[in-house]
Amino acid sequence: MEIPYTVQARPDTGLYNAKLGIWLFLASEVMLFGGLFSAYVLLRVGAEPGMWPHGWLNVTLGTVNTLLLALSAITTLLAWAACKVRDFTKFKIFHACTILLALTFLGIKSYEYHDKLIHYEIKLNNGTFADGHLVEKSADFDLAKKTGTVTLHGHIVTDEKELMDLRSPEAQAAKHEEVIVAATDIKSMGNYGPRHNTFTAIYFTLTGLHALHILGGTLVIFYFWAFGGAMWKTDPERFTNRIEVSGLFWHFVDLVWIFLFPVLYLT
Amino acid sequence: MQSNVQQFPPFREPQSDHAHGDHGHAEHHEPNFWQKYIFSTDHKVIGIQYGFMALCFMLFGFGLMLLMRWQIAHPGVAVPLFGPLLAKVLGQPAAGGIISPELYNSFGAMHGTIMVFLGVVPLAFAAFGNYVVPLMIGAPDMTFPRINMASFHAFFLGGVVMLVSFFIPGGAAQAGWTSYSPLATTIPTNGQAFWLVGMVLLITSSLLGAVNFIATIIQLRAPGMTWMRLPWFVWAQFVTAFILLLAFPPLEAAGVLQLMDNLAGTSFFLPTGLAVGGQLVDRSGGGSPLLWQHLFWFLGHPEVYVLILPAMGIVIEIIANNTRKPIWGYKSLVYSVLFVGFLSFIVWAHHMYLTGMGQKIATFFQATTMIISIPSVIILTCMFLSLWGGSIRINTPMLFALGFLPMFGIGGLTGLPLGLAAADLYLHDTYYIIAHFHYVVAPGTIFALFAGVYFWFPKMTGRKMNEFWGRVHFWCSLAFMNIVFMPMFAQGIKGMLRRMSDGAVNYSAARVPNAIDALPGSVMQLNGVILWAAICLGIAQIPFIINLFWSISHGEKVGDNPWRATTLDWQTPTPPPHGNFAHEPHVVRGPYEYSAPNHATDFTPQDEPESSSAPLNPNAHH
Repeated sequence: MEIPYTVQARPDTGLYNAKLGIWLFLASEVMLFGGLFSAYVLLRVGAEPGMWPHGWLNVTLGTVNTLLLALSAITTLLAWAACKVRDFTKFKIFHACTILLALTFLGIKSYEYHDKLIHYEIKLNNGTFADGHLVEKSADFDLAKKTGTVTLHGHIVTDEKELMDLRSPEAQAAKHEEVIVAATDIKSMGNYGPRHNTFTAIYFTLTGLHALHILGGTLVIFYFWAFGGAMWKTDPERFTNRIEVSGLFWHFVDLVWIFLFPVLYLT
Repeated sequence: MQSNVQQFPPFREPQSDHAHGDHGHAEHHEPNFWQKYIFSTDHKVIGIQYGFMALCFMLFGFGLMLLMRWQIAHPGVAVPLFGPLLAKVLGQPAAGGIISPELYNSFGAMHGTIMVFLGVVPLAFAAFGNYVVPLMIGAPDMTFPRINMASFHAFFLGGVVMLVSFFIPGGAAQAGWTSYSPLATTIPTNGQAFWLVGMVLLITSSLLGAVNFIATIIQLRAPGMTWMRLPWFVWAQFVTAFILLLAFPPLEAAGVLQLMDNLAGTSFFLPTGLAVGGQLVDRSGGGSPLLWQHLFWFLGHPEVYVLILPAMGIVIEIIANNTRKPIWGYKSLVYSVLFVGFLSFIVWAHHMYLTGMGQKIATFFQATTMIISIPSVIILTCMFLSLWGGSIRINTPMLFALGFLPMFGIGGLTGLPLGLAAADLYLHDTYYIIAHFHYVVAPGTIFALFAGVYFWFPKMTGRKMNEFWGRVHFWCSLAFMNIVFMPMFAQGIKGMLRRMSDGAVNYSAARVPNAIDALPGSVMQLNGVILWAAICLGIAQIPFIINLFWSISHGEKVGDNPWRATTLDWQTPTPPPHGNFAHEPHVVRGPYEYSAPNHATDFTPQDEPESSSAPLNPNAHH
């Protein structure tokens, strides 16, 4: 049994099956991220005045990541073009670049996550807040038993709202130094993980889901890159189609980031 | 019964040489059990897999309902027969064989989830769609057979996760099939996390299925099978697939967010200052419970059309076949189903009038809700008008299809007051709602699905199901369905709320004699009536179950086209082999050419070449 139009386009639709399939899949992906973006909108407009964070993310790193993905979009296109002109060596070179760019993106993303996870906000018993990156916890530190101390590189603020807009002149002028806090003074303590507030929650969820898409796309591209030689020899047209379809997915993932970057980093 | 239908030679012609030999090669050796039934990529096997699993899940969901109905009618009394078993398997929540309120909540949530996501949708869309659509459009298989297999496996896994959640400490999800936050996050059981993981798997499954269906219908139509020659069933499945493709992902997004709430401690759906049991919850707050409801119902309402459109498709096919004349208003049907599909995306908030989302928004959704009833009524009207003047052939599938019409009518018309905010404020969350949507889905959709099972069974097995027991099944089901659901309208109008364990006994006039809105004894007595009707309804399914299995080997043997039908699914060998058609069919006419004048038989198959006197299609082989 032979299923028609697996490689050649059907004349009246102008598409081969997989190309139609990936477009349909991307339509559903639009709805998936659309749902998450609308969640972002509702959470943001529903936030109490002054409690939606600004400037919490590193714009430089975000910009670098944006450029990496933009470059990978170009190499993906060139890899497909190389297949079209039946130049397998060039295909190998371009998609090697794509994979390296994607891995660098994921590396930078992990660094950003780590930076958030070691960033602590400590509510003190006197009503003020100690905020900064964890330097060390003393060996006997135990929040429940109220023993030991924790050292942050950061500062003390009197109102939580001062931590919300890090682009403000006051926040820019704040002096960051080592702060040692005794466990006996701590009312509650938490890092800037997903549960910190709704901004970190949607930040980790959106970028995490996006990173999973990057990871999945990279695995597929790597599979074609490393093991595609056999099909290239027997059926180069089918292989080229596969590169095109995986490329369409990759462009979509890039596009999602183009929306994520301004929404999370720049506003 | 056999006619002069064009017969195919028993074996396929050898394929001409193709680039990829792997498919052709696989046909030569006999597949073993695992390849044939578990890891099959054949759309017909996958359709039957889906159908069998879905029927099992529906029976299980029905069983949960029987236990709930017992608790409603006899609060605090141990369940007869199954009580000791429940106590043994589920432990504390069923201590002494008595269903505790927590267990009742679990059963309620899982009954809804199983019936919708593991029962009716897989049967209506995945099972019938998989088996019938490629046959009807003249395709050798689905476009992506391996993705099709993956879709079934994801469905199976999702079902397993749902079932496993009954046995974890704390039991299965208890927040209703709608899983409203913050309840879904604050109930102390991990059942909700299982529910969410199960849902993500089921959504993945339906996503893969939807992509496959749409691509198949667009790409693999046989030569001559133009859009307006598609049987309406295919149109219904096409629109259903689009609804699944575009409406399910927002629920997947919501599921991911609620999973984060439950496992990572976020507050997407938890408002600031949330207190549980008098204690402030240790969460950041700032989330929005309304957000969950919007995301849920953005799927939830289109889902209603996922439940009903394939059923309508089945009914149309059976009505056309048994009235022996063309379906009335084919084009109106096509445009109506497209319009329904589009509108189904902008009516969701009519489930949320009571949330205080605002009068302006409510007005908008009221308007769209009223508008969407128009194409639905057109579809139903076409079905009724198709009966007009037909010499109707009565058989089991036709009985179920005819039963569908008034039952769905009752379900649909009782929905109109719910679409209007003013009436809905009173009726919301009462048994009226339960009665309304069960009329749509149970004697509506499920009757159509039974009709489909009886109708296509001969194609799947080469044998007919027993007619007498089929009629027994129909008449008993029709009677008991109505005795189960009709009283619920009265209970709801009297103010009996859904989702209450112990059957609202604490609000009965017997318990609170001085309350002016207490439920009178007559309303409470109906609980007993419904219980026994439900038990009888269960007994009425026994003839069906026995008939189904018995007929596989003992049913009356029939030919390729026992119903003398026109569509391509009946122009194949029976059961259709791998690859379906002996020759690629060439379609030359529309789907419902019954009783054409000057034709020897009262039906003209879609691919029967024009007679020699009028050779319109010289390419068609004989």
